[in-house]
Amino acid sequence: MPVVRLQQVTYYYPLTETPALQDINLEIEEGEFIAVIGPNGAGKSTLCYTLAGFIPHFYKGELQGTVEVDGRSTQDSNLSDWVLRVGLVFQNPFNQISGAKYTVFEEVAFGLENRGVPRNEMIQRVEEVLEMTGIADLAARSPYSLSGGQQQRVALASILVMQPKVLVLDEPTSQMDPIGTREVFGVIRKMAQKGMTVVMAEHKMEWIAQFADRVIALWEGKIFLEGKPQQVLTDERLAEKGFGVSRYTTTARLALSRGLWQAERPLPVTLEEAVSGFAAIRNGQSKGKP
Amino acid sequence: MNICVENLSFRYPNGVLALQGVSLEIASGEQVAIIGQNGAGKTTLVKHLNGLLQPTEGRVLIGDWDTRKYSVAKLAQRVGYVFQNPDEQLFTKTVAEEIAFGPRNLGYSKERLQTLVEDALQLTQLQAMRSANPYDLSPTWRKMVAIASILAMDTPILIFDEPTTGQDAASVGRLATIIAELKQRGKTVITITHDIDFCAENFGRVIVMGNGQVLLDGSAKEVLGQEAILAQTFVDPPQITRLGLRLGLTEVVCTPQEFLDVFETQCAA
Ligand SMILES: Nc1ncnc2c1ncn2[C@@H]1O[C@H](COP(=O)(O)OP(=O)(O)OP(=O)(O)O)[C@@H](O)[C@H]1O
Ligand SMILES: Nc1ncnc2c1ncn2[C@@H]1O[C@H](COP(=O)(O)OP(=O)(O)OP(=O)(O)O)[C@@H](O)[C@H]1O
Ligand SMILES: [Mg+2]
Ligand SMILES: [Mg+2]
Repeated sequence: MPVVRLQQVTYYYPLTETPALQDINLEIEEGEFIAVIGPNGAGKSTLCYTLAGFIPHFYKGELQGTVEVDGRSTQDSNLSDWVLRVGLVFQNPFNQISGAKYTVFEEVAFGLENRGVPRNEMIQRVEEVLEMTGIADLAARSPYSLSGGQQQRVALASILVMQPKVLVLDEPTSQMDPIGTREVFGVIRKMAQKGMTVVMAEHKMEWIAQFADRVIALWEGKIFLEGKPQQVLTDERLAEKGFGVSRYTTTARLALSRGLWQAERPLPVTLEEAVSGFAAIRNGQSKGKP
Repeated sequence: MNICVENLSFRYPNGVLALQGVSLEIASGEQVAIIGQNGAGKTTLVKHLNGLLQPTEGRVLIGDWDTRKYSVAKLAQRVGYVFQNPDEQLFTKTVAEEIAFGPRNLGYSKERLQTLVEDALQLTQLQAMRSANPYDLSPTWRKMVAIASILAMDTPILIFDEPTTGQDAASVGRLATIIAELKQRGKTVITITHDIDFCAENFGRVIVMGNGQVLLDGSAKEVLGQEAILAQTFVDPPQITRLGLRLGLTEVVCTPQEFLDVFETQCAA
């Protein structure tokens, strides 16, 4: 049975006439890692808010259809209960600091403290999460005196530490350095393997291809394409609609147009696929030589 | 107008030593990318160029101006800075007012002001949103407004702090066009970015920072193939460069075209 189920979801922000989400049907299994892609304004954040209960509880407007997690719908729950099951990391990492705490450690511990988690368990969980997000060395620092990427790591850690059943991440690596980004994808992948259900809005195709189970491509509030990363991310229609593609795919398309890449060979989305594709081309050519 | 950073060190009041002996020169009209891990000191460095921060040691010259002797308002005639967090920068009620604010403060004539605002709206493709309140726009468009408001100041030096974050392919393309246009106009552009592919495709010179120091400084080709040093500061080479390295190409490649050209030549050899 799916953990998350959206049926016929359509949503209008207050005072708007075009829906920001339209006829969304989506079922997500426990432990699945879903990547949501789409150009600016496609509805990625709106979908995140809808899953996390901020729509309809914080953003009013008009929500049609049903949004269910574990058989309970957002409309029938209140936000304070909902956030315990569905954690959201916001797109804008700035302004996510609670304002109540003096150190990064306390900031990350805040949610657990509020829920009365025993002190020893709390300390252990916070330390683990600080390590995972690469900010263990900042534990004693003030959450206000951090670089952009460090702030984003604190925001991520503060939600991860709560171990929500469903984790919703809205561009969680937008300020992160490249290797940090890859590591965060790896951490999320592991959490999903342990049973956490993950929905992540992202633009970084290389890591989506390598780590996500399924890709949902949004376009003007609708699900435009959906499927395995390799299949969705190499679909011709994505590039036409202005979705980003990995450089591996771009390069192979260019090679195709130069008659180097054979049409039968699937287009690559990861480094490994590109390496093996081009290595095969080179071997083929050297065999062809006298 | 040259930029000269001499042996710059900076310590925040909380004791963090964010820059340690940074020296570099940027010539008039150069297009430079600064990359490096979170907390490396990139933002701290560029905040010294417009006087938002003052050196603990060393000095910074913008042309013949020592930043210690000029106010931020005065330095704004020479250096425009787009904040990493656009919300630190935006405060007026409409996009057009926001964009006009900077150049008006610089005392430009009414006609020039109008031309500059229209030019900035056009470059960023914000025309349709000119009357919107910046706070009603998505974070990605707010970043564009922040960029437009600096473009309109028409300074010889422009600094963009993470302009590509959250931008889709079309907007990243628009940014590339803006940077190319600024180059045409002879402007100096300094861009901090974690998007190494964008860096490889749009900047001639790349400065790599780690731990408050400059680790590498050179052309994109010289710098972006140095996997081991880049890894010290949590940077992977660009996708295309990694592909070239893995296939054993003898030349560092930065763009798909370059990759294919070199690949084809080496296959034929
Ligand atoms: N608070 C709001 N009020 C009215 N309309 C909104 C609001 N927030 C978003 N919208 C609109 O809803 C649509 C979807 O926006 P959303 O922010 O979900 O897109 P996104 O895919 O997250 O874009 P981005 O890549 O810029 O983050 C857009 O047309 C946007 O203008
Ligand atoms: N206001 C501040 N007060 C104290 N320390 C700060 C402040 N801002 C940044 N720092 C610290 O100074 C160091 C350099 O930060 P800086 O913001 O320059 O990094 P950055 O290279 O821009 O990183 P990012 O890629 O995350 O934006 C970091 O260790 C950071 O925690
Ligand atoms: Mg969004
Ligand atoms: Mg920064």
